[in-house]
Amino acid sequence: MITSFIFKALDRRAIWVVGALVTLAAAVPACNLLLPANSPLHISNFAITLMGKYLTYALLALALDLVWGYCGILSLGHGAFFALGGYAMGMYLMRQIGSRGVYGDPVLPDFMVFLNWQELPWFWLGFDQFWFAAIMIVLVPGTLAFVFGWFAFRSRVTGVYLSIITQAMTYALLLAFFRNEMGFGGNNGLTDFKDILGHAIQSDTTRAALFAASALSLAVAFLICSGIVRSKFGKVLIAVRDAETRSRFFGFRVENVKLFVFVVSAMMAGVAGALYVPQVGIINPGEFAPANSIEVVIWTAVGGRGTLIGPITGAVLVNAGKSVFTAAFPEYWLFALGALFVAVTLFLPKGIVGAIMAAKTRLSRPPRTSTTNAAPEAAE
Amino acid sequence: MSYIYRLLAALLLVPLLLTSAGAQTELRDLVNALSGGKLSARAAQIEAIAATGNVHAVPVLRALQDGTLYFRKSDKQIFLTKKSGKDFVLSDPLTLETIATEPRKAFTKVRVNNALRRQIASIIGTMTLHSDDPQARIAAANSIRKTGEAANLPTLNDAIKAEKDGAVLAAMELARAAIILKTDATVDEKVDAIERIRTAGGTSAIPLLRTLAKGSDATLSKAADAAIAEIEQAKALWNIGQTVWYGVSLGSVLLLAAIGLAVTFGVMGVINMAHGEMVMLGAYTTFVVQELIRNNYPGLFDYSLALALPMAFLVSGACGFAMERGIIRFLYGRPLETLLATWGVSLILQQTIRTIFGSTNKEVGNPSWMSGAYEFGGLTLTANRMWIVVFAMVVFSALFIVLKRTGFGLQMRAVTQNRKMASSMGIRTPWVDALTFALGSGIAGIAGVALSQIANVSPNLGQSYIIDSFMVVVFGGVGNLWGTLVGALSLGIANKFLEPYAGAVLAKILILVFIILFIQKRPRGLFALKGRAVEA
Repeated sequence: MITSFIFKALDRRAIWVVGALVTLAAAVPACNLLLPANSPLHISNFAITLMGKYLTYALLALALDLVWGYCGILSLGHGAFFALGGYAMGMYLMRQIGSRGVYGDPVLPDFMVFLNWQELPWFWLGFDQFWFAAIMIVLVPGTLAFVFGWFAFRSRVTGVYLSIITQAMTYALLLAFFRNEMGFGGNNGLTDFKDILGHAIQSDTTRAALFAASALSLAVAFLICSGIVRSKFGKVLIAVRDAETRSRFFGFRVENVKLFVFVVSAMMAGVAGALYVPQVGIINPGEFAPANSIEVVIWTAVGGRGTLIGPITGAVLVNAGKSVFTAAFPEYWLFALGALFVAVTLFLPKGIVGAIMAAKTRLSRPPRTSTTNAAPEAAE
Repeated sequence: MSYIYRLLAALLLVPLLLTSAGAQTELRDLVNALSGGKLSARAAQIEAIAATGNVHAVPVLRALQDGTLYFRKSDKQIFLTKKSGKDFVLSDPLTLETIATEPRKAFTKVRVNNALRRQIASIIGTMTLHSDDPQARIAAANSIRKTGEAANLPTLNDAIKAEKDGAVLAAMELARAAIILKTDATVDEKVDAIERIRTAGGTSAIPLLRTLAKGSDATLSKAADAAIAEIEQAKALWNIGQTVWYGVSLGSVLLLAAIGLAVTFGVMGVINMAHGEMVMLGAYTTFVVQELIRNNYPGLFDYSLALALPMAFLVSGACGFAMERGIIRFLYGRPLETLLATWGVSLILQQTIRTIFGSTNKEVGNPSWMSGAYEFGGLTLTANRMWIVVFAMVVFSALFIVLKRTGFGLQMRAVTQNRKMASSMGIRTPWVDALTFALGSGIAGIAGVALSQIANVSPNLGQSYIIDSFMVVVFGGVGNLWGTLVGALSLGIANKFLEPYAGAVLAKILILVFIILFIQKRPRGLFALKGRAVEA
């Protein structure tokens, strides 16, 4: 069954993408570690971390695309799942610091010593083990998505309302994580990491390995998404997106379909967050900000929702643009981002990839004058 | 004739002036006497000064109490002093005029001890009981209550008879009762005194009543217990009242922020994420108008808000109009895209304001009629909060009238209920759409004027209200103005009632969680529209 799933997932385009990602996972670290610094193909440490970060963003955008592009659920709270995964990883990394913190406490992280806490809160137990943290990285966002989705989809909260309450969810989490009493480092979040799996987090090889892990995770996530979308279940998904009521009348359990895909997507977002944190070296409540979640939506929209390559392209392009822009004209980045939001919704509703595909179809079948479009409009 | 009258009048005045002057010299002599004599004689000296009943003696006594009363070693003259480096700035003890600055070492302090200070406090209390200033009279009554000198009772009784101001009377009654309770008056008198404390309802009397309640006399302690219970109950009620008021105040802020959204989102169904920025534009318009007035017509400063209101409405309204014509009308029927596009607009507006005005907070002044506070029973109402509540209600009513009683409102409702039908009846639907959106945005701008009085005016102003406003509209029920009103007030009050138990942040989180759960239960809000249009 699994082999058939993978087989179905691998159409020609998917093979290309997965192949490219695997090559990237091998080639980029090689260029970084093996080539001398003066070689033209050498990739600097800064660049490799930056690219690793883009790949985690791409994974997050892919996760969002699965629910938005294929199921019509516009979540404005995917940043929350991302941040929760990040916090789970951050907690593991905090426990790895051990007695090397400023206060030298063997068990308690610095901020707890600072707050005069005597013992570790129960929810920090177990995070000294990587396997436990790894489970939590998918379990915590997954559980939140399950509980949230269970209530929301069963009572048929759809469209804009759902978007607004997902935004409220991430806003509530933002406020909660800012509180020192929550036990997640409050305002400052978790930082000052030393080791991951016994390797120094700052070392070149760890950075390269993290990049490779990000690229491979993205490849795996792409396979999973591709598998879901191409399966029979994927057709139901698209049916729900385009005509929810009609799908319900056909006898499909719409809420279960939505719940499943929402949970899967939240787990992928959690993994993205977990890979993001060791590469940037910090996680703080700012990641929960509603603005961040909306930015993810624009990456997906720019690349092209309802395609799997789209969100990856969009996330990398927009973030690369952001890096260039904020370095050259820091004042104008928000203008550019704002204009991007407006321009994409007005002129590129299917995103870059969608536009290219539409152009291709038009080129391959020029004489047809009928207006029936291959890709259906996404209903709300 | 008139000459004779004048002469007579002058003659009559002479003795009056003489006595007044005489009283002044007498007091001056008594005051200067303070420079001589031992500490043991001082009580008698102070008593003598008090016996003149001359109000001018109060500053002297106060200075004596504070230890700033000195006499010159050379001529034993008494002065009020103020330290200035190695010198004293001297002023006359009776006229309070500044006389000279002389080196400190030429002076000696008039010494007092704690017993004398208590005596002085109670004397000052009785002497200022007849002051013209009600605040001074209350202070006098309070100081008598604190010293608890039985000797002050007759003076106090006189003052109570003459007193007309309710607040002062309450303070005096309290002081009188406090003194009676300390003396060995009969039980009946004491019970009567407790009764008076209870009706005056002063929380400051509770410690006194507590000691009585522990006392040996059964009737007294029972009466005291009852009084304590009643006073505390009254206090609890006032506290609830105060919390409700804070809630109403927060609710009216929410209402102001959300009411424009009730038009654009509620009536038109357009998700305007730039709504908060319309509020921000209103606040910045207020800032600009105030700056112009401050620099050109400072006399008009108190009217700056009144001038800012139409300006803010126009600025935000024009911005909303442009948004609708330029962007939103292409996206009708695609709410999620509208959401994204308006978010983009909000980013652009924020950055524009940041580029023009800088990212720091701007100072928007309160006009004089908006500062200060009113006491109402046990409630303290600050003027700016009160005006904002009033203002929110006025805006709400005005909008309600526009929607229900004007031709434009009628067209607006027609278009939202059945666009095609409205269009075939000759209503220019695109025009109505644009104006409706401009109206909603303009109201947001007006809200910005009010919010500039209580919030920081910064480019992020709008961001902090946008989620709250959406919550209010969704909670109240989309497309229903009453729902927005009830939603805003109930969320505000609920928030303020939760705060003492949960803290401000947790209260807000709880409210958000509550709304998320509430939407699951009633996806269409508190006051859902019924009918066929709902499922469209």
